[in-house]
Formats: sequence, structure tokens, C-alpha cells
Amino acid sequence: MGRYILAKLWQGVIVVLSVVVVVFILTRLVGDPVRVMLPLEATQEQRDQFEAQLGLDRPIGVQFVDYVSDVAVLDFGESLWQRRPVMEIIVERAPATLLLTFAAIGLAVALAVPLGVVAALRPEGVVDRIVVLISLIGLSIPQFWLGLLFIVFFALTLGWLPTSGSGTPAHIILPALTLAIPAMTRLVMVVRSTMIDELNAQYVRVLRVKGLSPWRVIAVHALKNSAVPIVTLAGWELIRALSGYTVVVESVFAWPGLGLTAIQAIERQDLILLQAIVFLTAIMVVALNLLLDILAKAFDPRIDLRAS
Amino acid sequence: MSAPLLEVDGLEVEFLTRRGTVHAVRGISFDLGPATTMGLVGESGCGKSVTAMALMGLVDLPGRLKAGRVRWKGRDILNTEGDPATEAYRREVCGRDIAMIFQDPMTSLDPLFTIGAQIAEVLERHRGMSANAARTRATELLDLVQIPHPEDRVDQYPHEFSGGMRQRALIAMALAAEPDLLIADEPTTALDVTVQAGILDLLADLQARLGLSILMITHDLGVVARLCQRVAVMYAGEIAEEGAASRLLHAPEHPYSAGLLAATPRLMESGDRLSTIEGQPPDLRLPRTACAFRPRCANAVAACAQAPDLRPLPDGAGRLACHNPMRAAPRAEPRPTATATAAPARTQSPDAVQPLVRVEDLTVTFPVGKQRLFGPARTMTAVDGVSFEIYPGETLGLVGESGSGKTTTGRALLRAAPISSGRVTFDGQDVGAQDARALRRLRRDMQLIFQDPYSSLNPRMTIAQIVGEPLIVHGLERDPARLRARVEDLLGLVGLPADAADRHPHAFSGGQRQRVGIARALTLEPRLIIADEPVSALDVSIRAQVVNLMQDLQARLGLTYLFIAHDLAVVRHIADRVAIMQKGRIVEIGPVEQVYFDPQHPYTRSLLASVPEIDDSPGALTGT
Repeated sequence: MGRYILAKLWQGVIVVLSVVVVVFILTRLVGDPVRVMLPLEATQEQRDQFEAQLGLDRPIGVQFVDYVSDVAVLDFGESLWQRRPVMEIIVERAPATLLLTFAAIGLAVALAVPLGVVAALRPEGVVDRIVVLISLIGLSIPQFWLGLLFIVFFALTLGWLPTSGSGTPAHIILPALTLAIPAMTRLVMVVRSTMIDELNAQYVRVLRVKGLSPWRVIAVHALKNSAVPIVTLAGWELIRALSGYTVVVESVFAWPGLGLTAIQAIERQDLILLQAIVFLTAIMVVALNLLLDILAKAFDPRIDLRAS
Repeated sequence: MSAPLLEVDGLEVEFLTRRGTVHAVRGISFDLGPATTMGLVGESGCGKSVTAMALMGLVDLPGRLKAGRVRWKGRDILNTEGDPATEAYRREVCGRDIAMIFQDPMTSLDPLFTIGAQIAEVLERHRGMSANAARTRATELLDLVQIPHPEDRVDQYPHEFSGGMRQRALIAMALAAEPDLLIADEPTTALDVTVQAGILDLLADLQARLGLSILMITHDLGVVARLCQRVAVMYAGEIAEEGAASRLLHAPEHPYSAGLLAATPRLMESGDRLSTIEGQPPDLRLPRTACAFRPRCANAVAACAQAPDLRPLPDGAGRLACHNPMRAAPRAEPRPTATATAAPARTQSPDAVQPLVRVEDLTVTFPVGKQRLFGPARTMTAVDGVSFEIYPGETLGLVGESGSGKTTTGRALLRAAPISSGRVTFDGQDVGAQDARALRRLRRDMQLIFQDPYSSLNPRMTIAQIVGEPLIVHGLERDPARLRARVEDLLGLVGLPADAADRHPHAFSGGQRQRVGIARALTLEPRLIIADEPVSALDVSIRAQVVNLMQDLQARLGLTYLFIAHDLAVVRHIADRVAIMQKGRIVEIGPVEQVYFDPQHPYTRSLLASVPEIDDSPGALTGT
């Protein structure tokens, strides 16, 4: 177990190091960062000064070693836009994103599991057909459009909820729903199909023959057997939300998280802030993946943690 | 007989499918008393398993109970009213009074719970035990079914158990609540023969010690002979004949029972041809007015246009549904015993003939797991220094249990498995030394027949394409008309009509598909056919047809067979010589008669002793 986690951690370190290298190369070698970040009318003197300020006039090797040692202590430098340390901004904004994604994916799982299980009890039955139909509709709606639809309906027409921003608990409802519904529809399909497979498995027959209650067969045995694919996919949804969907949803609802900050960094050509966000998102994804592997082992004793 | 425990009364089960309603069980009735062992015997599709599933309330949509009822100790556990009280009573009885074990022990346990927890679940549910007491009892039960170190095993997961151990654990689980009746649905079919013998002995022992009733559902008459006092033979959803095993297995009255017995190859008996039951079982979707067996029955008379009722025999010793039963000797035709009917010159003086295949010290190893950058690769030795010859025109049987390396040995002859060391020569040519082109040529002379007739034929190709493909692949025939003629010849050779050529595999039964597989193997006019368990997926009566076909083809075409199988009786019947494999080695090889009647190696002896035979003392349990 310990060895397995160490091995996975080592893999994670390699991934993170690769991200460091890629981010470094992208920001320095593709185009001229000074030209990208300074306004067009900047003088040559200003450009040279800015280049020196960023340390871009030094040899590339020195820059890289410097960069890596800064990243190692989570020092990403100062934001060009806000003129304060990047980490300060991230520490300020990250909790909002984490709150939103965990609430949304938590909600998605909480809805998807019972719906998927009920649908699986009688495949092709009435309930199953309705659940599948809802899933297909949910899968087909673009996320930003769903968000706008919610704003128009719940905020503007009914006036029940605020249109955007943050501050009160009511503010999180619409962005969380917008993030949760597409994830939920994907999860429902997975819960449904794995549960159908499990309920048709031979061991379920044996359990029924033992005279156990249907509830115990379904909720204790079959659901636990479905847990590995469900947990894996829920984790994947969490990763996708953190590393992408929040950018859209936070923009639509002006939710002050990392996604919105990333958009703002792009608009203000703040490469330093952006590369920090990209880097930290990568670390979160690696950490989540490790967590998922350990969780899978907790559910399924057959997963041999020494094997990989 | 005392009051019956289980009364099955007019049970009818049907399955609503897109292609029509399948009437799987057509009104069967029987009683089962306390401490009785009864076998429910029949071929696939006869409704024996569906009957057992229905008893336990396991028939789900699209299946449904159409008519009939089942009573346990006089009270309904299954009827068509579907009232909640019946349902509740059944759930109470299931697992406590009636327990069931299934065919496939590998998938019958929940992989995520320990063996102990799964046994304890029954005790907590039906005996109201605390978790601690249940665990202690689970350990005792594992001991009862002779699992070593039960105190450690109780906390292990199913994947840490072998197949035979899992079946033992499942038996322990079934017996946990001390039931009166154990329904066993093909409990040993998926297991190796030596493991099967252990499980059958265990069931017999437990039956005697605990006064259990057992309903044994099986296709294997040998299993019935070893374990059961009574037998019911099912055909096409109905009971054809029922009675004491001692009578039915030796003097069957229904022509189907007689045919089934005659088609079963015996271990200690040789014969030219197996008796077969010609034809196929009827389509279960069709309504029935005549006797279901009439089209295949040699005894059919005019009265058979009206389906016979299952009536008690005059002497009260059983029941029979037949207008014109067998009244002759125990067996339809007495078969010759141990005559040298098929002992040609080839086996008499092998030294005079050059072998077609010579295998010398063959070893096959496979890499296992990931290879580390440094350090030796981990390997698994599947075949470990095997030597044998196959002479032209003979059949060499290669027998072993699962994992013995018999399939790998067969594949290595074609170099379909790597020849790690040793030499394989075919007709004087070193198979291992051929380049890709020469190997392709060589493989024309060596063809394979596979075990599973369902997955070994491409479902999207027509029979003509499947059978003709080898000619096209090897570039031997391009003219469509000649190709077609050749395919039709081949189909005729294996006993299929010419119009089969344009149909797809799904239109055929298992036995017919295996004929297609044989036709495909013959397309290139090979000299050697490697048949890997060619009949083990087939029912007894169909198996006999295919075995006979293979023997006829050998005689007509001068084929040489390597016949790989686990079934000692079939090998006894078809092979001239036999090699017994164990753990990658051949432990004994010789003429069939010699190996079977005078086995030298202890493993051969234990294999032969493990095969349940029809001629074992019937109802062996009654005496013990």
C-alpha cells in the first residue's frame, strides 16, 4: 500500500515536472513575452527595462533553474495586472472554485446514483425510459446556454435567485446547478449501465437465493460492486470541472473563482498569473487522481496495489 | 414415502422474446420427500435449470410463470396469483429451508465481501445470529466442507480461492442455515474431474450426515448415478420418464432416456460407433400436440401424434410419458466390449512407419507480468519438456485438466504458441526453423478445430465465406464457381445441406456449427487436424453425432488427429493412443486400452477413478 502510494506520488511528480517544463517553454520560447505583455506603444527602453525586470535577458539555462526553484517554493512572482504576489490572488480565489466544484459534483453524484439505480431495476421500463430521456436532453444542452437559461428563468422572470456574483448562500445555487446537471446526466448513464450489469451477475442470483431482502441485495452488494466505475467517473467529472468547465460557468455567473480569474488574466495579458493557475490546476488534477486510485482500492480488494 | 417436502404442480414457465414466446417449461409436476436425492436430467434447453430457477423465484422478466404452483411443506411458495404473502413466505424459506448452488463457482460469490461475511449474512438473516457468533459458525462450516485452515480462510476474499474451493465455500453458505433441501444446478460442470469427484463425495457425505434432500440438476448421467436415488429425465420442457436411478439407468423405458444412455461414451468400454439420437430438439416456440420426441424416435407409432400423459408405471415404481416404450434389454443394442475393432496396422508396429509429427522435449514459456529493466524476466512454463509422436492415420488423445498445458502443446505444433526449446517436426520438417512463408505452407497441412462453436465462427460471414476463406487466404482458388462447388462438397462431407452455404452461423445449432468448423478445417485438405475440445460444448446426443462424423472422416480421408480433451470417456472412444498431461508434462502415454486398464502413473489412476460412471453402483448413498 505504502509502496504503491509512493510509486503513484513519483508518477505525479514526473507529471508536475513536465507541466513546469511545458509552461516554461510555452511562455518563453513561443512568441516574445515582453511584446505580449506590454502595450504596443511601449518604447524600446521600457521593453528592455521590463525584460530585465522579468529576468528574460539572462541565459535560458539560468532562467530555467531560477524558475524551477521559485516554483518549488510556490513563488510565481508578481501579477502584472494586480501588482501583488500571484499566490496571494490564488489563495484568495481558489476557495470559491473548490466550493463550487465540490458542491456541484456532490450534487451530481447525489442525484445520479439514486436515479441510475432506480432506472436499472427495470431496464426499458417506464422509469428507465424517462431517466434516459432526461439524460440525453441534459447531455445535449451546451453548458453556457443552460446557465443563461437559468438566469433568465430563475433570476429575471421569477426573481427567486440572484443573477450573478457571490456573497450569500443563494448565489451558489445557479452556478452549481449549471455545473452539476451535465455531469449528473453523464453519471446517470454510467450508474445505470453498471448497475444493470451487476444486477444480472451470477452472484446477485446467489444473494437472492439466500433470501436476503431486495434492498440489501441492491444497496449493499450490487451498488458496492458498481462503486469503482462510479467513483472513478465522479472523480473524472471533478477534474474536468476544476480544469475547464469552471472557466465557462464562473464567467457566466461572475463567480469569483480561479476560472474567472484565468479569463481575466488572459484579457489583461497577465501571463504570470495564468501560468500559476495552469500549474496549480495541474497539481490538483494529479492529487485527485492519486486519491481516486486509493479510493478504488478501498472498495475493491482485488485491486493489487503492488502490481503497478 | 413420507409427506413430501416439495410439491411441484403443473409448472409452466415461458419467456417473451422478440422472436416469439418460448415455452421453456411445459407443465411439469413432481414431489420430493425428505432425505431424498433426485436427479433432474436432460440436455440444454430441456427446461431443467429454468425449473430450478422458478422454484427459487428467480425467473425475471421477460420470463414469467404461466401456470402451476410450488408448495413447500404444504404451503405455496410460488403461484400465479403473485400475492405478497406467498412472496414473503418464499423469501423466508429460501436460504433457510431451501438452498441452492450453481454451476459457475467463479462468479457466484460477491467479489467485494469476504467468504466469512457472505456465509455470516445467511446466519444473520435466517438464524438471527450476532455478527460474532455468525463468524464463528462460518468458520465451522468451512471446516465442515473440508476447507483447510478455515480460521484463516474465513477472512479471505473469493479471488483468493480456487474454483473447487469456491464451490465448497458456496456449499458451506448453502448449508449455513441447515436447510432441508439443496438444489444443485450443474454444481460440478465447470470443475476439473478430480475436483468434481471431491465435490460429489462431499455432497454425498453431507447428504447422509445431515439427512438432506438434494435436487441435482445435471446433464451428466454419471453424476446422477453416483449421487441420486431417483431420476427424472426431461425433454423439451416436459418430464419424459421418472423413476428409481437403479432402474432408469439400466432399463430405461422412454426411447429418449434409452437414446441418451446409449449416446454416452463409457470409460471402460470401446465401440466402433456411438449410438446417436438423430435430429435436433424441437423449437420451444411452437405449440405442441404430438409427442415432442416423435420426430427423433425410432419407436414412434400412430398414437404418438397425440402427446402422451405422464402416467404412473403399473408397478408404481415411477412415471412414464410414452405410447410405445422400450421393452427390450437394458441397452438398445449391446455394444462390443474391448474388441480390437479399430486397431489398424499403424498402432501395431509404429516403428515401421515414419511419424507425421515428432515432438522432442518441447518447452513453452510465457512471460508473466511486467519485465523489470534489470533482472530476469518472470516466466510461466506452460509446457515443460514434452515428447511424443503422432503416426499417420492415428488419433492421439491428449488429456489433462485445466492448466495442464494440453491446449498450448497443440498450439505449439502450429507455432501458434512459441517453441521456447525443443523440436517439433512435421513430416520431417522442423516447424520451429521455418521462415514465415514456409510456415504458412506448412500450416496448410495442419488445421484446427476449436471448442466453442459459437465464438469461433464469424457471425457476419456466410457459411460459404467461412468454409471457403482458407482457399482464398492461401491463394489456392480464385474462380467463384469452383470455390462454390468445393464449399458444397465440403458441406456434404460433414452432413450439412448445400443450401446451408448462404446462411449465417446464427441459423445453426451448436452441433451444426461444429460441423461447419470441421468443414473449414478440411478445406485445405490437411493431413493433421488438431481438435481442441471439439465436442465438450455439445450435448450428449449431438456430441455422439460429431464424434462419429470425425471417425468417418478419418476413415474416408486418411486424417491424423490430435484430439485434445478433458473428457476421458470421449477420448477412450475416439483415440488409438492417449497421452496424459499434468502440470506441463506428459506423465503417461500409450495405447488407450493399456493406459485405461493398466494405468501406471498415480495421476492417471486418480483421473480415471474420478470419472463418475453410469455403471457405478446406483444410488450409492442408500447403502452408506
